[in-house]
Amino acid sequence: MVAALTRVFGVHNLTMAQDVVQDAFCRAVEVWAYRGVPENPSAWLMATAKNRALDLLRRERTARTYAPELGRLLESEWTLVPVVEELFASDAIKDDQLRMMFSCCHPRLSQEAQVALVLNILCGFGAGEVASAFVSGRAAIEKRITRAKKVLAQSKTLFDLSAPKDFSRRLPAVHRALYLLFNEGYHGASPESGIRVELCREAMRLTALLLEHPLGRTPATHALAALQCLNCARLPARVDGSGDLRSLFDQDRSKWDRELVQEGLKLLELSATGSKLTTYHLEAAIAAVHARAPQVEDTDWEAIVSIYDAMMALVPSPVVALNRAIAVGQFQGPRRGLEEIRAIVDGDRLAAYPFYFAALGEFEFKLGRSDRARGHFLEALAQARNPMERKFLRGRVEACEEVSS
Amino acid sequence: MSEFTYLFRGRQTTGSPEELQKHMQKWVAWFQDLHVKGHLKDPGNPLDPTGVVVSGKQKTVVDGPFAEAKDVVAGHIMVDAADLAQAVELSKGCPILEVGGSVEVRPIQKLMR
Repeated sequence: MVAALTRVFGVHNLTMAQDVVQDAFCRAVEVWAYRGVPENPSAWLMATAKNRALDLLRRERTARTYAPELGRLLESEWTLVPVVEELFASDAIKDDQLRMMFSCCHPRLSQEAQVALVLNILCGFGAGEVASAFVSGRAAIEKRITRAKKVLAQSKTLFDLSAPKDFSRRLPAVHRALYLLFNEGYHGASPESGIRVELCREAMRLTALLLEHPLGRTPATHALAALQCLNCARLPARVDGSGDLRSLFDQDRSKWDRELVQEGLKLLELSATGSKLTTYHLEAAIAAVHARAPQVEDTDWEAIVSIYDAMMALVPSPVVALNRAIAVGQFQGPRRGLEEIRAIVDGDRLAAYPFYFAALGEFEFKLGRSDRARGHFLEALAQARNPMERKFLRGRVEACEEVSS
Repeated sequence: MSEFTYLFRGRQTTGSPEELQKHMQKWVAWFQDLHVKGHLKDPGNPLDPTGVVVSGKQKTVVDGPFAEAKDVVAGHIMVDAADLAQAVELSKGCPILEVGGSVEVRPIQKLMR
């Protein structure tokens, strides 16, 4: 809704667009309390926002300038209603959201700011909700959003979707933002699982929107969508009944969403065109190997190691190397895994990464050296970033102690 | 550049909602075209067909309609054009002509002192 209204008012009047939506929701609370919720609440909201926009445009017909690409069409009754109607039509709204998505991924904004802006404008998250999604202070997030909106407003016009060159140039930044948005939900630190599932769902909704656009339907977008589906399929098993994090190794795989797995595998197939391999392709391929294994023992670790080899060639980093080492350890035994971890170039950069120590701990544990394992898990515990991780690692420390005693 | 007023008469009153909407979209396109080419001086407004006429020293007030539907002024806009010939050419894009209406092209008169 904000996207459609911004298209009407112009990006420099973004706040005005958000106020109109806010107004529409306030009206809804008033009217629905009195008359009950209408049959189609979202259509009701949309119509209310549209009428409110028309009121404003009539009242301030010449006092402001609106979206420059609409020229003077909003100044006159000849054209005002048909133009606003068209911008609110469902196809137009989809385009508006895409346009806003691309606008939010402005190169002058940091990736964090881009994601915060997408959440605020396109997903309707208030500053408080964005803050709890990022586990950050509300004031800091408010500042970040306000600053980002200023940058957006300076750009005068929204992103033009019809220019294929600009579209392709901005597309990787949009992919990145959607990837981070999804990951924030999947691995993120927010203790509220409700917010996190919501983040994943929003990322998937926006990615699906991108897939509907002829220029957005690239192999990389398909790969990103595949990755999201395959990971999302595992969400129901990631946290068990008592709210504890379950690692991939001891998830109840019957809880995986088979439909999402199928969807993800189909998308992955669609992504296998063209010549450009992206990290999304590789990450999705790894997720697919896991998804195909009914039990953890069935996992094709050899395939996973070779995908990590490809990833090391494409985007080498200590974290990728660590994940590769873990896969090697699964494939060829814990001793080999430990060797690979010790051989990581720039391994010291992993010193603040809890999973580095956790991986060392797991391999030592498997080799029966539970005292060493315990030490590593304690180090990991010291670096843990959220209560769920902390609880999980504390459990591992206790497991080591049980074996020793 | 001189200024001209277009007076529109007649209007589309029949047709399905889709047809009416299509017709309105033609107006949008025509306005946008005039604007982009720098001719749209004032986008004016359409006029409701009802109203009253006030006339004479007695200031008599008579309810509309004032004339047959096709003769009622349906609205106005102002354009910038090089001369009357160009103003007439530009007026030929008006969608009202497709539904039996008319455009009256009138130069703005600069009153002498």
